[in-house]
Amino acid sequence: MQYIAPTTSAAAVAALAACNGDARLLAGGTDILVRLQADLVEPDLLVDIKHIVACQHITEDASGFIIGAAVPSAQLGEHARLSQVWPGIVEGMGLVGSTQVQGRATLTGNLCNASPAADGVPAMVAAGATACVVGPNGTRQLAVEDIPTGPGQISLANNEMIESFSLPPRPPRSSDAYIRFIPRTEMDIAVVGAAVNLTLDETGTCIAACVVLGAVGPTFITVNAAAEALIGSQVDEAALQAVQNACSTAATPISDKRGTAEFRKHTAGVIARRAAIVAHSRALA
Amino acid sequence: MSHSHVSTTINGQAVQYACPTDASLLEVLRDQLGMTGTKEGCGSGDCGACSVSLDGRLVCSCLVLGVEAQGRTVDTIEGMADKNKLHTLQTKFLEHAALQCGICTPGVLVAARSLLEKNPDPTEQEVRYWLAGNLCRCTGYDKIIRAVLEAAKAMREEQA
Repeated sequence: MQYIAPTTSAAAVAALAACNGDARLLAGGTDILVRLQADLVEPDLLVDIKHIVACQHITEDASGFIIGAAVPSAQLGEHARLSQVWPGIVEGMGLVGSTQVQGRATLTGNLCNASPAADGVPAMVAAGATACVVGPNGTRQLAVEDIPTGPGQISLANNEMIESFSLPPRPPRSSDAYIRFIPRTEMDIAVVGAAVNLTLDETGTCIAACVVLGAVGPTFITVNAAAEALIGSQVDEAALQAVQNACSTAATPISDKRGTAEFRKHTAGVIARRAAIVAHSRALA
Repeated sequence: MSHSHVSTTINGQAVQYACPTDASLLEVLRDQLGMTGTKEGCGSGDCGACSVSLDGRLVCSCLVLGVEAQGRTVDTIEGMADKNKLHTLQTKFLEHAALQCGICTPGVLVAARSLLEKNPDPTEQEVRYWLAGNLCRCTGYDKIIRAVLEAAKAMREEQA
């Protein structure tokens, strides 16, 4: 296996294209290192993106935040302004693994590993995040929601890489939240996850919302009926009950060792309701 | 398997080594550099026994490639004591009997030092969450938590 650490995305993509064998990207490495050690993958080329400047930083301008693809979760949590504006994204990724894993694991890896239970993904989808994708023919913007296509499957080509994510500008009285259900308090994989992103007007009426479930289908599930229940409401009990019902209906979980399908459908509603309550209280604060 | 030549800094000392590109930093530390204070538990990032600091950030050295240390700063358990003078965390671990078999102890100490560098006055809950990735099958954790809280207190008093 050859290891390279290019300093530009163009060089990284050129190396991917020039490799005749199995070329892989390395960001935090918390998935691929495990697979390497277990001999589940044997790449011919490993391209480390952590030395690419455009992948390293969190920046904010008038068009919103840009999060570099190699930014580890711990760096998201240390960014006071990002944590204030997009607490749901920060808390979702912040649930992935231990302190040690947080020091390495990235949103990019969480997205491209494409686990149905990825905690970093629902809030990114709810935010309307887009990925800056670099390939041999240049750069394209791709909605995060269009990237996972199934368990372990993504829509990017083998010679493409994500350089960064863009989060849209934030209107006043907006916030988000991500909550997951696990049978203990830490260090587990989501049985159900739910993200809610919403915006209120001056009177407290919800004017924009997005509700996204995780771990209850092959990929995340965007629940439009739940968003429609929130929009136009004061996020009152009737709206919350409608969110809960819509999410339980929309969930398409399997039964496995972490929970039955019946339990997960019910819990998807409960967790989405709670996420809506938290996002609402943050938007009012 | 190709080898890579790496120049890095470990516990403040410039170090050079050549390692297979698929070798973990943990394998390099233990097998090539003879720094066996860092322990291997699971080898898959679950147990925290191999914790080290990489550019000041706590990581599992089993989930870092040896080649990734190029140009960076690694801090291991071997750099914790000042020659024969133990770090306050080490002293408090002894006083509180916060170890039994000792396999998890270097990782716990490195993780706890990383916490106290960022947060000199953590709550018990903050200590428990920070150390959630360091598994210990002997102590039941309570003595570890007490020792870290006592060390934090002692270190604050030393600073005052």
